[in-house]
Amino acid sequence: MKQDVQIFGAAHSSIQHDSAEKHVTGTAEYTDDLVGPARMVHAYLGLSEIAHGRITELDLSAVRAAPGVVDVLTAKELPGVNDVSPNGKNDDPIFADPEVQFLGQPIFAVIAETRDLARRACKLARVTYEELPFVLDLIAARDAGMGYVTEPMTLRRGELEPAMAAAPRRIKNRMTVGGQDHFYLEGQIAMAIPGEGPEVSIFVSTQHPSEVQHMVSHVLDVPASAVVVNVRRMGGGFGGKETQMNLFACVAAVAAKRLNRAVKLRPDRDDDMTATGKRHDFVIDYEIGFDDSGKIHAVSGDWYARCGFSADLSGPVTDRALFHADNAYYYPAVELRSHPMKTNTVSNTAFRGFGGPQGVIAAERMIEEIAYTLGRDPLEIRKLNLYENGQLTPYHQPVEDQILPRIFEDLEASSDYQARRQAVIDWNAKGGTIRKGIALTPVKFGISFTATWFNQAGALIHIYSDGSVHLNHGGTEMGQGLNTKVAQVVAEALGVNFHRIQITKTTTEKVPNTSATAASSGTDLNGMAAQDACRQLLERLTAFAAEMKGVSVEEVRIGETVQIGPHQMPFDEFIKAAYVARIHLSAAGFYKTPKIHWDRATGRGHPFYYFAYGAACAEVSVDTLTGEYVIERADVLHDVGRSLNPIIDKGQVEGAFVQGTGWLTSEELWWDGKGRLRTHAPSTYKIPLASDRPKVFNVRLADWSVNREKTIKRSKAVGEPPFMLGISVFEALNMAVASFNDYRENPCLDAPATPERVLMAIERLRS
Amino acid sequence: MSSELHFILNDRDVRLAEVGAHDTLLDFLRLDRHLTGTKEGCAEGDCGACTVLVGRLHDGALRYEPVNACIRFLASCHGCHIVTIEHLRGTDGGLHPVQRAMVEHHGSQCGFCTPGFVMALYGLWMQTPHPSMLEIETALQGNLCRCTGYEPIVKAAFAAAEAGGQNMDALAVERDAITARLAAMPAIRVEAARGDDRVILPADAADLALVLAENPKATIVAGATDVGLWVTKFLRNISPAVFIGHLADLKRIEIAGDHINIGAGVTYSEFEPVLRAHFPEAVDYWLRIGGWQVRNAGTIGGNIANGSPIGETPPLLIALGASITLRSTEGQRVVPIEDYFIEYGKQDRRPGEFVESIRMPLKGKARIAAYKVSKRHHADITASAAAFRVETDGATIIDARVAFGGMAGIPKRASHAEAALNGQPFTKDTFEAAAKAVANDFQPLSDWRASAEYRQQLAANFFRRFWLEQAGEEPRLRRAE
Repeated sequence: MKQDVQIFGAAHSSIQHDSAEKHVTGTAEYTDDLVGPARMVHAYLGLSEIAHGRITELDLSAVRAAPGVVDVLTAKELPGVNDVSPNGKNDDPIFADPEVQFLGQPIFAVIAETRDLARRACKLARVTYEELPFVLDLIAARDAGMGYVTEPMTLRRGELEPAMAAAPRRIKNRMTVGGQDHFYLEGQIAMAIPGEGPEVSIFVSTQHPSEVQHMVSHVLDVPASAVVVNVRRMGGGFGGKETQMNLFACVAAVAAKRLNRAVKLRPDRDDDMTATGKRHDFVIDYEIGFDDSGKIHAVSGDWYARCGFSADLSGPVTDRALFHADNAYYYPAVELRSHPMKTNTVSNTAFRGFGGPQGVIAAERMIEEIAYTLGRDPLEIRKLNLYENGQLTPYHQPVEDQILPRIFEDLEASSDYQARRQAVIDWNAKGGTIRKGIALTPVKFGISFTATWFNQAGALIHIYSDGSVHLNHGGTEMGQGLNTKVAQVVAEALGVNFHRIQITKTTTEKVPNTSATAASSGTDLNGMAAQDACRQLLERLTAFAAEMKGVSVEEVRIGETVQIGPHQMPFDEFIKAAYVARIHLSAAGFYKTPKIHWDRATGRGHPFYYFAYGAACAEVSVDTLTGEYVIERADVLHDVGRSLNPIIDKGQVEGAFVQGTGWLTSEELWWDGKGRLRTHAPSTYKIPLASDRPKVFNVRLADWSVNREKTIKRSKAVGEPPFMLGISVFEALNMAVASFNDYRENPCLDAPATPERVLMAIERLRS
Repeated sequence: MSSELHFILNDRDVRLAEVGAHDTLLDFLRLDRHLTGTKEGCAEGDCGACTVLVGRLHDGALRYEPVNACIRFLASCHGCHIVTIEHLRGTDGGLHPVQRAMVEHHGSQCGFCTPGFVMALYGLWMQTPHPSMLEIETALQGNLCRCTGYEPIVKAAFAAAEAGGQNMDALAVERDAITARLAAMPAIRVEAARGDDRVILPADAADLALVLAENPKATIVAGATDVGLWVTKFLRNISPAVFIGHLADLKRIEIAGDHINIGAGVTYSEFEPVLRAHFPEAVDYWLRIGGWQVRNAGTIGGNIANGSPIGETPPLLIALGASITLRSTEGQRVVPIEDYFIEYGKQDRRPGEFVESIRMPLKGKARIAAYKVSKRHHADITASAAAFRVETDGATIIDARVAFGGMAGIPKRASHAEAALNGQPFTKDTFEAAAKAVANDFQPLSDWRASAEYRQQLAANFFRRFWLEQAGEEPRLRRAE
């Protein structure tokens, strides 16, 4: 029987984040807020002071003798492996031994009665190194033959060379794109509580509890079944807690087992930023063949990424850069090559978009190259080259759900793009100090983990005999509203009010073998798994109800008021009856994404279940005496399919846009000549402020969009795709600069377009 | 003299005999009192996750201001009312209007920055019942959010203003009682310690001179917006620390004839209304100093005394021809501010001396401007800054003083550029000549804030900007009208 009673918090309703009231009252608990067990001690990490070398002597005698110190850990003290590599390459030591591979690499840990004492004791270490040559820059790494940290990939379709040779026009150029620190407001943190025998319990800020579990198991040399990993919520993740928390959890776990005391490890922000990986910076060498109409004939490109000293997730990140090197555009003949370069810097990692943004921004650069060369509005070139359904991507997956023409049409009208672009050109023609630029750019983003086996999820739902519902699933909450959305799915499926559902911490005890909450997939996967659990419960409950009252199952409707033929029962009473009748009131749900497959060796397959789309139009003003700028207005139209929670999805879109803007404007990673990251805290690393967001910010969801695939309630993933809409701001800045040469030349701004880069580009065009 | 620190934390009196110079308010709240609503995001006063309100008496009137608990030393809380997120609630015991607005406008995602935002917005809601967009953005300069993109938070700020109810607020209701309790705390010297770790709070400026004579190597701490980082980031030993932020006789602002006397302990926020009245041209510049929390804590005297080449106030004060009074038990001595800065890390301050006040000449008929550029517009450290004071007689420049920050080891005047201006006609060409001449004044560094080339280009462009603005030709980029 179909649900026809209104419940609070059903799917597609804009309810608030389930923790909102806890957030604003300061009662939402993060790992550092948990009440620790008695006698808890604190760990702190000692970091390398050089970029590359061999440790010849590690004198920790003064550290051991320092006040409050109870233990010191080096590689030798690890019971299992000295490795937290997430990919089986065994190239990610917890403690450098004996080779130090970047400045800031952990070498040892101190455990002391307080965090302050542990931290002070770390400073007393005397490390002697044999210094070795080091390479920080990725092109220098290529030239020095540093090699790759992982296997590169090539995507190829059509005959590149003849197509390029036959193209009426060709452009070859280079683009440099900076990295980005996650700057999650809550830094890395782990607390380990020892149990009996091999057991240990970890509370950690992580996007990937199962991986923490496996890493701790390997490092302690105990079965995974002895390790329980818990996370109630993170204070932001953005990819920075997909693998980077492993080291912290393992150090805390090892110390906890050695001392049989609870151990907490929380680095200072400077150490967090120095010792953990970031978004990869890229150098992209591209060649593009096109004709006088602006139609692309051929694209060839090399994506060089600074991966740092180890592979970590650099393989799939650089793969995803290539998967998005087309963004929304059809390349008739194409060859794309990735170069995951090894450098003596921190190992770069996942960050919202996961390499996709570095692919998309190069695609947009190529569009701009064509437009400036032909003297055309870049939007015309964009429209001209958009995929048509049925056309193949460079990885041979056909595009079948193209909706960008409609998004463009809608946004172009609602943003009044044409009139505003003319106004910008007219304004700039006056030649004043303040120049303006405007750009409208799209995003097409492939949804699914490209490692096919990650596309699975589990959920566990209990209904207790009082009618209260306990929801657990394998995803983690980092602010994106995943728990809220999954609970809405459950509320709707069971026909009960949202508030009946108790959202609980994620724990490997309840749902095993989970995937990282990453790749924007949290709701797609866990929502489906929870729905599957609800289906099982409903089947049992419906059968029970039918039997109890002697009606057919079609006459049963479970909900706040359970309808059984002509009979009605309150949910609580019904559940009590089911319990007494010995109905199993717990169910484990499971889901795996259909349709997807990928063969990396041949570069062919169907890696993405579907695509999410969006577009943004941004207008900027630039102060041409300083290079400073403001975003005057941004209009965003973004596709999330049938949104499970429009207000939460809108929040994701707004936040992603501003974060993407930060990546391309004020956020600059700057290493000095010794390999020390000098922008290692918010005093030097500048993420956007409220006063940096667009002055006028119109964000809409494409509410007409329905996912053509059978995703959870026909919604689409939202976390990553809108990040790339910040590129509209970057291209608008490029246009403002281009006004100095009457748009005859593409200024080719590199990213991030700091005020300095903008002013120096202006000065180049002035002279 | 007392050996006990005394303040009010939310609704409770706190008396502490054991306090060290290095104890921060944030650690006290989180570790000692388990008030974990206040978060640590950066431990350097740049993210605002640890924002609390500090209430203190100013000439008998109680004023609450948001500050960063991470770099606020516990000792400096003496005589204050510290208000944390745990104390905030509506009169019905439910959500406060600011909290309710944040929930209803979906202003939190991960929630970690949220208590800090709520406290900053609470501070704004108390002080400015109907804020403009510019006032909201200014109040939020010291709070970072990585999730929301800020739009819903700004909407919440407007909604909280609409909700009103300021006179029903808990702090408003308690105001008289708290005022009386704070007023009852005597202004006497406090000396406390934890082992060798000592703090001293002098009773007044005269007592400060005595304390420094007794402890010539003491660290003087005013707003701690810099000294705080010596402790939280560099683990430096600052004991014995002498706290001066509470001294009323260092907080006076007097307008006397052709100048303003500013007590060294006056914070940026406390001086802001005076600046608005007398130097409206410099308000934009002033609001680029730190974020609101930093401006509520940091002092003008501290900004000068610590000798940083990138402090914002020295270029402005040098251009204006300000001088400072240094005081010790030996007496007072007046130094032109530009002579105070000797070289990087070295100032003309003798052992036992402290900066007591700043004498800031009013502008008279001079044309004034102050410019700063940084990677991010607000709450960022200077890449290059310049202040102009240009006097003309008819169409001729008779006295040009142009001082720069971020261009050398100390804040410094641009003598070549000044020479290119003095005695010359007040024309575009003259300023163009000065823009070229300034290249001979500085050999700036390249670092993570800016390259040497960019700094040189900015220095030159500041002269062009000054001319354009004086000629009334060009607007500056403005965030809000």
